[in-house]
Amino acid sequence: MSILINKDTKVITQGMTGKVGQFHTFHCRAYANGANCFVAGVNPKKAGENFEGVPVYASVLDAKKATGATVSVIYVPPSGAAAAIDEAVDADLDLVICITEGIPVHDMLKTRYRMQGKRTILIGPNCPGLITPDEIKIGIMPGHIHKKGRIGVVSRSGTLTYEAVGQLSALGMGQSSCVGIGGDPINGMKHIDVMKLFNNDPDTDAVIMVGEIGGSDEEECARWIKDNMKKPVVGFIAGVTAPEGKRMGHAGAIISGGQGGANDKLAVMEECGIHITRNPAEMGRVMQKVLKG
Amino acid sequence: MKIHEYQGKEILRQFGVPTPRGVACFSVDEAVAAAQQLGGSVWVVKAQIHAGGRGKGGGVKVAKSPEQVREYANQILGMQLVTHQTGPEGQKVRRLLIEEGAQIVKEYYVGMVVDRSTQRVALMASSEGGMDIEEVAAHTPEKIHKVWIDPVKGLTDAESDDVSRKIGIPEVALAEARACLQGLYRAFVEKDAMLAEINPLVLTGDNRVRALDAKFNFDSNALYRRPEIVEMRDLDEEDPAEVEASKFDLSYISLDGDIGCLVNGAGLAMATMDIIKLYGGNPANFLDVGGGASKEKVTEAFKLMLKNPNLKAILVNIFGGIMKCDVIAEGVVAAAREVHLSVPLVVRLEGTNVELGKKILAESGLPIISGNDMADAAQKVVAAAKGK
Repeated sequence: MSILINKDTKVITQGMTGKVGQFHTFHCRAYANGANCFVAGVNPKKAGENFEGVPVYASVLDAKKATGATVSVIYVPPSGAAAAIDEAVDADLDLVICITEGIPVHDMLKTRYRMQGKRTILIGPNCPGLITPDEIKIGIMPGHIHKKGRIGVVSRSGTLTYEAVGQLSALGMGQSSCVGIGGDPINGMKHIDVMKLFNNDPDTDAVIMVGEIGGSDEEECARWIKDNMKKPVVGFIAGVTAPEGKRMGHAGAIISGGQGGANDKLAVMEECGIHITRNPAEMGRVMQKVLKG
Repeated sequence: MKIHEYQGKEILRQFGVPTPRGVACFSVDEAVAAAQQLGGSVWVVKAQIHAGGRGKGGGVKVAKSPEQVREYANQILGMQLVTHQTGPEGQKVRRLLIEEGAQIVKEYYVGMVVDRSTQRVALMASSEGGMDIEEVAAHTPEKIHKVWIDPVKGLTDAESDDVSRKIGIPEVALAEARACLQGLYRAFVEKDAMLAEINPLVLTGDNRVRALDAKFNFDSNALYRRPEIVEMRDLDEEDPAEVEASKFDLSYISLDGDIGCLVNGAGLAMATMDIIKLYGGNPANFLDVGGGASKEKVTEAFKLMLKNPNLKAILVNIFGGIMKCDVIAEGVVAAAREVHLSVPLVVRLEGTNVELGKKILAESGLPIISGNDMADAAQKVVAAAKGK
């Protein structure tokens, strides 16, 4: 078992025919059951063509109807990426994973507004995607560092997620699923949403939660963990040394109650019973210690 | 991307927000001519720098005659203006705004941000104008009123009037306050702003409402469709190292330590700074080379770090995903040769093609210190920076 995706998931790739889309579709198909999972691409100008045997359709809806796919992954460039999410939502997919970095914030505000009342779940944008080791990888993470197992990973970062996964695998602890929720201020799934899924997943024993400065999503998740989580959580927040005035998130932090700094987040997480570490090289070892009791 | 007050007011005027009349000036003579052109008997001479707190730092003066305009313009133009946002070295004043004086009865605060938790644009308003909103939030948060704006309806008349009443704007001035708040919202959305503030918004003796200041910060991801905003960019106001970095699509922020960091990915880059600090060192910069770093990009990154006179050592921390370790290793070797590296270099590679990458570094003949993992690399670079 796993969360959100497994070896039977059928995926549409939006932006498959571009350079980035081609590169990652190749690697996703080469990973585990990927060749059977990535069943369609979308490009209105190239409908009827195919990329290494994967058929290209004119729209997400066409691709869904033809293949039965319920998930899409987006590599469309920033100026068109929000519209690509809208298209996937309108096609009533279960899950959309937007890898694209650099989407204007106001585009995402409109897209998130449109998504209200819709059932489609969004991961990202500006994220590495998600993976269920030895089954399916949807996104840009290096598949080979992962190992099948029972630890969940949720993170706002890309390479820092790989760091956490690399440490776990090196210590012999495999992963159930790893979810990169992305670094953008306006995004889809938050830490708390992924944490709820891990809590209910019978094949996840514990979770590593990686956050960073800005916003208050980690605090919100921590408070939920305190009251509801049945499994141990190890936490790290990047940016203890990040300078204050350099970001303009300042006024944004006011509105969410004066939070957003790494130390504030770590304090709340610790209060809520999360096993925090301030050393990014120790995430795996702290998890090992927690599991040994 | 930030802009100057006078540019912000130009944008506000385009959206129907009333502001005092004013002229941007680059010399003392221009300032005096501007005062004469504006007419009246009171003028405000305002330093134009991107940092806030200009008044307290002596960058804003009220002049009662053209001679005084000359005197103040002389004082302010070219000064190193120090405010709580500039750092102790201050920021050189190169531009002035000469504005007609306003008779101020009451000052308010109005601001807009993109609120992450509600995923809406939030309007914040307070009766405590002229103060730092951070101060108000810390000490009297009940004095900040918020409206989360529906993107389809926009800021409605009812919402605008309600918040205006809450901050104490009199009934007679509600219509003009509406023009200010709704204009600010439209400017915020249509120009892709991330932050906008009018502080203070003022009520004048004749019950008019005016934006006496204007502060904007724009979404850098949207600049491709806002050429008119890009034109307002003032490179003199930005850190030269950061400007240089942006030319090569590197994300760079100067810090005050002595250990340079070159990392792929923003989260890992921050974590690398954190671990350096944890082991007793001080990071000299944040530097994210991004997902597809070429040899050229790595070389430019090295040049940037080496421009820092405080630099004592460099840590390269790469977790290869898309980026292959052998490619980055070749980049590091080429860069180290080209820039004649004069400080110790610690490299930690992990991920795709890591063995190949390590081999390239080992066979380069360069005195590169290899870090086995993140902790090992951080400890080695901290020791190297201390000359151990």
